[in-house]
Amino acid sequence: MSVAELLTPAQVEAAARLARLLLNEGEAAAFAAQLAPILARVQALDELDTSNVAPLARLSPLANVLRPDEARPSLGADLALREAPDAAGGFFRVPRVLGEGGGA
Amino acid sequence: MTLPPAPKARLIVGLEIHVQLRTATKLFCGCAVRFGAPPNSLTCPVCLGHPGALPVLNREALRCAAKTAMALGCRILPRTSWDRKSYWYPDLPKNYQISQNEFPVGLEGAVELPRADGSVKTVRIRRVHLEEDAGKSLHDAPDATLVDLNRAGTALLEIVTAPDIASPEEAGDLAREIRRIVRYLGVADADMQKGHMRLEPNVNCAVELDGAEARTPIVEIKNLNSFRALEAAVAFEFERQTAAYLADPAYTLERRGKESRGWDEAALATFVQRRKEEAHEYRCFPDPDLAPYEWIAGELDELARETPELPQARRRRLARELGIGQGDALLIAEDRATGDLFEAAVAAGACPQTLAKHFINLWTRLAKDAGTTIAGLKLDAGALAELARLQTDGAVSATAARLIAEAMARTRAAPRALAQRLGLTRLSDRTALLPLVKEAIAANPKAAAQYRAGGGKAAKSLGFLQGRVMRLSGGRADPAVAAALLREELGPQLG
Repeated sequence: MSVAELLTPAQVEAAARLARLLLNEGEAAAFAAQLAPILARVQALDELDTSNVAPLARLSPLANVLRPDEARPSLGADLALREAPDAAGGFFRVPRVLGEGGGA
Repeated sequence: MTLPPAPKARLIVGLEIHVQLRTATKLFCGCAVRFGAPPNSLTCPVCLGHPGALPVLNREALRCAAKTAMALGCRILPRTSWDRKSYWYPDLPKNYQISQNEFPVGLEGAVELPRADGSVKTVRIRRVHLEEDAGKSLHDAPDATLVDLNRAGTALLEIVTAPDIASPEEAGDLAREIRRIVRYLGVADADMQKGHMRLEPNVNCAVELDGAEARTPIVEIKNLNSFRALEAAVAFEFERQTAAYLADPAYTLERRGKESRGWDEAALATFVQRRKEEAHEYRCFPDPDLAPYEWIAGELDELARETPELPQARRRRLARELGIGQGDALLIAEDRATGDLFEAAVAAGACPQTLAKHFINLWTRLAKDAGTTIAGLKLDAGALAELARLQTDGAVSATAARLIAEAMARTRAAPRALAQRLGLTRLSDRTALLPLVKEAIAANPKAAAQYRAGGGKAAKSLGFLQGRVMRLSGGRADPAVAAALLREELGPQLG
């Protein structure tokens, strides 16, 4: 696979959509051309045999960090909203979201 | 419910259930969990998603999750960890939800559901994992959405079943059994009104047409918050999808994939929502801010020891030890305290069958009227046992027992005293009953004639007249004495 084939403008557009980035005309192709060599460099890792290596999500060996289920003071609405770009009646005010939330 | 017509259609349902855990604080921060607090008053840098704020796992939430997973027969993974799931809505301002994708708390369990015919239906559980809830959005204003993040970060347990559910009723039964289980475990209040339990069925159909079977697209119905809505939405989808496929043979899972629909409570219909994001668009990856958890030796055993007898085990035991039928046991063991009350009353000398009848016919209704459970009526097990005994011994009739139960719920007086006070003790004195017997016969000549004519209708007529005597006596007549007197007064039968 050639370097250019590693990342198509269509894939760049898809990634931009997921990141809520609006690309200008021609940017998808330009970014694809810039990002593909970076992917090619990282792809060098594929040459290593990792079949016997456990996936590593974190470098820290830390585990089992818990806290007791005891309430601590919250910020309170005034402080919580102080840095908000917009607020009304104790709520954060954001551009209208269509329909329901994403269903967390 | 009307089922779709031939050709043959089979319903396939899997359920995702979100249960809000009964923890004092949120899943990853120390903000209190409280329903109805002023908007955004229960927030901090962690649940507001401020940069640099670090989440720390709530120990109690983890224990609740493991307890539930074990109760559902899941295998507990020795090491459980946290992932970020991309999520682009202002009700969760980090732009991701902390969930468990790769290593959930538990995998591969099963729930047994008792059926009306006495058999058992098994629904497999695919996984049990923890995740944080989103906040609440208000869309009342025309040009803006208002966001309250009090609920953001609250501990949710997600339970995912395999697509083993084959009818709307089974979907409801499964959800109700999960609610019983989490309540028995004490890990959740599961109050539907407060949104503590949210149900998302994944529904599709296998339609057989001309010998070939096709699958309709899998429809996820979002955020149902009552069992009634669940059953209605699943039934609706069954009909809609079957009809949609019959109208358009391209309406298949292969062609259309998955879709999301909402439930319109007023129209009793589902409606199209945005397309469900492809799984890879969630772009799950391990959360670098949260350390994994590895169960320490003995810890899970300790949780198992804290686990009480579960509803299905209790129902089985009630059947085995006391001969209680499955349908009755379902009601008696509905909640742990009510089951305990039943068993305490049996221990206090109540006949299990009579007591079961009282639970099903008397106490359930009185509890419902009072807006509580049977245990919530706060009646003494000894008093329930005494009432059952009065009836078993023949001191009061079933009708009288009902009146006494109503008075008990009102006044909390002892059943024996109430029976005396209300004049509900059984009438077995022949001289006292004779005038009532005569009155019953005089008022119902047709039934009397039918009895005297003998034949097929005689027994039924006698039963009818006996019922009249019971009514005339205000439920006090001894049925056996009344029947004997009726036979004497009616004279010999023909045939």
